Amino acid sequence: MPEAATAVKTVELKILRYRPASDERPAFGSFKVPYTEDMSVLEALQTIKDTLDGTLSFRWSCRMAVCGSCGMMINGKPQLACNTLLRNLPPGPVTIEPLNNFPIERDLVVSVGDFVKKIESIYPYIIPKEPKTVAEGPYLQTPAQLAAYESFSDCINCMLCYAACPQFGENPNFIGPGAMALLQRYNGDSRDGGQQKRLDTIHGEDGVWSCTAVGYCSEVCPKQVDPANAVNQNKTNSAFDFFLRFLRPGGAR
Amino acid sequence: MDHIDADVLIIGAGGAGLRAAIAAAEADPSLTIALVSKVLPMRSHTVAAEGGSAGVIQAHDSLENHFNDTVHGGDWLCEQDVVEFFVERCTPELIQLEHWGCPWSRKPDGQINVRAFGGMKIERTWFAADRSGFHILHTLFQTSTKYPSIKRFDEYFCIDLLIDDGRAQGATVFSPSTGEFTAITARAVILATGGAGRVFRQNTNGGIVTGDGMALAYRHGVPLRDMEFMQYHPTCMPGTGILFTEACRGEGGHLLNKDGYRFLQDYGLGPVTAEPRNKTMELGPRDRLSQAIWQEERKGRTMTTPAGESYVHLDLRHLGAAKLKERLPLICDLAEEFMGIDPATAPIPVRPAVHYTMGGIEVDIRTATTLAGLYAAGECSSVGIHGANRLGSNSLGELTVFGHVAGDEAVKFAKGAPAAQGGKLLDQAKASAAKVLGLRDQKGGGERHAVLRKEMATTMEKGCGIYREASEMQKTCDKLAELKRRYRDITLEDRSSVWNTDWICAVELGYQLDVAEAVAYSALMRRESRGAHQRIDGFEKRDDVNFLAHSLANYRDGAAPEISYGPVKITKSQPGERAYGALGEALEAKEASHA
Repeated sequence: MPEAATAVKTVELKILRYRPASDERPAFGSFKVPYTEDMSVLEALQTIKDTLDGTLSFRWSCRMAVCGSCGMMINGKPQLACNTLLRNLPPGPVTIEPLNNFPIERDLVVSVGDFVKKIESIYPYIIPKEPKTVAEGPYLQTPAQLAAYESFSDCINCMLCYAACPQFGENPNFIGPGAMALLQRYNGDSRDGGQQKRLDTIHGEDGVWSCTAVGYCSEVCPKQVDPANAVNQNKTNSAFDFFLRFLRPGGAR
Repeated sequence: MDHIDADVLIIGAGGAGLRAAIAAAEADPSLTIALVSKVLPMRSHTVAAEGGSAGVIQAHDSLENHFNDTVHGGDWLCEQDVVEFFVERCTPELIQLEHWGCPWSRKPDGQINVRAFGGMKIERTWFAADRSGFHILHTLFQTSTKYPSIKRFDEYFCIDLLIDDGRAQGATVFSPSTGEFTAITARAVILATGGAGRVFRQNTNGGIVTGDGMALAYRHGVPLRDMEFMQYHPTCMPGTGILFTEACRGEGGHLLNKDGYRFLQDYGLGPVTAEPRNKTMELGPRDRLSQAIWQEERKGRTMTTPAGESYVHLDLRHLGAAKLKERLPLICDLAEEFMGIDPATAPIPVRPAVHYTMGGIEVDIRTATTLAGLYAAGECSSVGIHGANRLGSNSLGELTVFGHVAGDEAVKFAKGAPAAQGGKLLDQAKASAAKVLGLRDQKGGGERHAVLRKEMATTMEKGCGIYREASEMQKTCDKLAELKRRYRDITLEDRSSVWNTDWICAVELGYQLDVAEAVAYSALMRRESRGAHQRIDGFEKRDDVNFLAHSLANYRDGAAPEISYGPVKITKSQPGERAYGALGEALEAKEASHA
């Protein structure tokens, strides 16, 4: 069949571009790429980069929704580009923007350093309740004890929940949903004894009480981590902890 | 150019790099450890490993069994002293990860649970559902944050090693975010940069898996060993190559051809049994299964996607929705999200795709390369445990066991080495920066590097796929030479300095072309069939007389690599017939009666 006889279906992507060396402010650019039924938004972006405009910048790696690199706003919603298939989006142009609430470094690349600092700030490692040597073997942990924190350990650090969080949008110092989920992942672990130390990091004005319980963070989470639930559990823990301080010898600090 | 001095420099912060960093920090907290990664550490490709990590834990299992499975599985091309060292240390490393919080799946009584894996005689694969690599990586990353001596350089891309006085003494790195180069000098350097699977078209690897560290060491005269052994994983998504873990079969999944027939029984892997049987049928090793699927395709017994990819079925329906959700949740999500398939009700189309680089930078049992002060661990290295075919769940163990060794050894070396002297090394750093800037700014002939990358991946698949023949391999070698010529004349569209991913991809392609050439020439020169290297041009048999030897690819600037051979360390397992299924069991019984 001559090529002209085959109508090539295309899809249009409207992408928010920003090149710090040449652009004063971000502006949309439009691209049309051939559409196939199994194409992801990431593959469409790769097609643009490989064939139309090599200057388009975005992060990606695993292509299978586990490395957390390719979060972006797709039609206004925070999503991973790799597991968002074009066929599941409404007809018409697809709008692509960098993740909300983060400074844009270039095109779809946002600054991630502050997010990593938040993760580091909550003591994201086991502080053993009862230290043990390797020679003494593994700790016992029943499936029920595992289930108490397992879903919070599934966070891939994709930052979609931060893009969804209105509170983080207003106050970039807010500890935010992802770090709270990680905190709950360790505080809920039967092997851990660092609960108090971590709770102390979230009492302040940028801590757990900043959350206004919108719940959009859990809605956009691609791994069903349910950070809103982690935040709520920690509000309870934080309140309980606050109350206990008055009962403890030494009282409030 | 900025200059930072450290004691130990680690390039790559996946499983091996992070484990090395922690080991180094624990070995001597007074040393400064610079940990460089071209992505945030939790984006590293360890994240995508699914099935689990092997370590003997059951009473009826033994280190001897793990050793034998690994050496037989590697078709006797393993360093047996290294394998012995490795299997002894797997379980302690897995316990260490457990103490650091890795959420290993458990038995009802709270003990570690293990699952069956291909080519393993007894179940010994520790798993965290089907996100084992993800959990190992996040556990290591998060644990690493408690060591103040580990100074991370997240999103710094390595463009060259710094070498003086016959020693590795640092690296030149580039920050896409700031557009600035930095020279990091150090008294010891560890490469932990992962594999090179992206040189092939259909592969399971992330975009970052471009063989950077392999190419850097290779260009500085360190041999790449056994590069012809590229592992095809039998069960991947047609088109994208996304992985469906071997644990699907470990949990009891079946492979079916277009007639719904469990075809593996036709390839020396039977008998068919109702319950899964270790080292039999779907629990055979990856090389044999990928080869069987290739053969089925030639017999016209596979199916074809609309895009023209052939496939067979991975059938998990009989496992039931509850077990699938507990043991294989990621697999269910991937099938649903990408293919619109619920594995509880429909079989999954799968085909082989390139998965793992079994060769790599030649290192000894202490992870030392032939260059003083330079160490390598993980997929970028060839320490000798995989031989001609890696067993599933031996690579995550490798990360921790040899990452740990590399950290310890680099500290020992650093303490005995003089501090890096700035002058000459900084000149080198400036020269390497100038070179990559030259690539960015050159006028060139107008060709995009993306075009070259596609042609490379296509020719590698054609010449160095599951079955190989000299004429096709030679064509691949010639094509790679042509691509290297064209590479020198590419034109970048982007000449800016901040987040210029056009440029980074171009530098990566340079790494890939060098590594691809090492693969293709090593394959062409190995005139036998062993493990994952199978020939159909008169060299169908294993040839222990001439090729019970490691290939060593040596870099030659502007010319094809020189391929030489090194000895294989045999300690207690003499090369024998490698068999699975009923024949494998018979051979094993015979061996036991002799012993």
